[in-house]
Amino acid sequence: MRGIVALFLLLLLGAARDPILVPEVSQHEVQLRQGFTGTELLLFGAVLSPEGTRAAQDYDIIVVLKGPTQSIVVREKQKVAGIWINVDSTELRSAPSYYAIASTRPIAQIVDDKTAAIYELGLKWLQLSPIGSIDPDEQARFAAGLVQLNVEKGLYRQEEGAVKVNEQVLYQARIGLPSRVPIGTYTAETFAISKGRVVASASSTVDVRKIGVERAIADFSANYGLFYGLLAVIVSVAMGWIAGRLFALT
Amino acid sequence: MDVYLPIANLSVNGLIIVALGALTGLLSGMFGVGGGFLTTPLMIFYGIPPTVAAASAASQVTGASVSGAFAHSRRGGVDYQMGGVLVAGGILGTGIGAVLFNVLQRLGQIDTVINILYVLLLGSIGGLMARESIRTLRAERSGVPLPAAKRRHHPLVANLPMRWRFYRSGLYISPLAPLLLGVATGILTMLMGIGGGFVLVPAMLYILGMSANVVVGTSLFQILFVTMATTMMHALTTKAVDIVLATLLLVGSVTGAQVGAKFAQKASPVKLRLLLAVIVLLVALRMALGLGYRPDDIYTVAPL
Repeated sequence: MRGIVALFLLLLLGAARDPILVPEVSQHEVQLRQGFTGTELLLFGAVLSPEGTRAAQDYDIIVVLKGPTQSIVVREKQKVAGIWINVDSTELRSAPSYYAIASTRPIAQIVDDKTAAIYELGLKWLQLSPIGSIDPDEQARFAAGLVQLNVEKGLYRQEEGAVKVNEQVLYQARIGLPSRVPIGTYTAETFAISKGRVVASASSTVDVRKIGVERAIADFSANYGLFYGLLAVIVSVAMGWIAGRLFALT
Repeated sequence: MDVYLPIANLSVNGLIIVALGALTGLLSGMFGVGGGFLTTPLMIFYGIPPTVAAASAASQVTGASVSGAFAHSRRGGVDYQMGGVLVAGGILGTGIGAVLFNVLQRLGQIDTVINILYVLLLGSIGGLMARESIRTLRAERSGVPLPAAKRRHHPLVANLPMRWRFYRSGLYISPLAPLLLGVATGILTMLMGIGGGFVLVPAMLYILGMSANVVVGTSLFQILFVTMATTMMHALTTKAVDIVLATLLLVGSVTGAQVGAKFAQKASPVKLRLLLAVIVLLVALRMALGLGYRPDDIYTVAPL
């Protein structure tokens, strides 16, 4: 009996150190269909001290939305004999197709480099798993190139200070998805950080998928290339023919 | 008007794509070329992935050449025998083009090769057209007619074995010559998303020496079938044909082509050719500068 009480107390004490994190995402499914021009997800939630009181002032919040990873090759152009051609390249096994991070303060002020690297907090710390051996300088150069390219496309974002905290309880961050957002299952992770240490984290998923006609077209193209091609040919011949007919009448 | 493209995976302004189609359709109606040489670069410039742009442009060329091919065949302006040989070569060419596309894509050099091909082809053909039309214009001004060019085929063509009679083209030559020409344009169609009309027409005139009244019709006939084959090939291999994008382009280009054809009936053919030469040279110049200037993005990403 005494043992059980002790265990219970220990659990309570253990729990006492960690805040309570209740995260939520405004929508768990993003539908790509006609008229989709990008959208905004609201990652929000509450952070409470173990006693159930307002606690956000003690904690920094970082939210990360990450798309499925993919194997890619990054190529680098150099000037050869007057023209720019792809010369160097590297293969990366786990580049996120989408990555957005938002935080209450600049990330460098919240955690040190080691913690940031462990939890992949920030575009600088993406774990890209290069294939084969390349030296760290080259690796960093390609990683920076990839990040810059995807930032321009709106697929990688780092918004420091974008997490707002209300009444020291509710936090929220808006994260934009461009129209070219890749499909797949995304993970939305929330970290509560205190004194440079991640004290609580929680994650949920967001499904980005095509629906309706758009999905049907993508599936048709992927699975029935022959018939899809025939359809495209028929459409183009028919439209050319009809236009010719219509104009011949006028 | 925002339209989501399901294969390109992005949203575009539909009106811009229709306008783009109309512009190239206008050119194709006016000059009898497919206009693919403009559509593909402009779409890439607009932000559509290069492979999707090239794959979808081919079906636009199909649509733009349908009514032209019908019109010419009614007037008896198609040499079906010659067209058949060219189409056979063209389909073979799209197959070779697909393999090349794949290899170059894996090497990461597809974009450079496409750009260099554009510069070389457009530059040389645009230059030839410009020179020819300026000479004709000068001759018209001064009143001294140019000596009529003798119609004959290239000596290399005469050396090929096995001869066939092509009655409508007025030729007795080896079918290997048009077959090889077809292969070459098929490869270009697959790689560059162009119909190849602006390569095919001069080649038919100056290399094969076909009689002029069947050149345009036969070229349209070949383009029609080869672009169909290209669309099929892309649908089967790269899977990059975006039917929504293609339909938008078609809406613009089939109407543009009709308007352009009306235009062409009124304007002087020499001035039209000069105008086309200038447009072709401008595209070539833009591409050449693009190769030499430091690109905005040094890094590019491709799936593994």
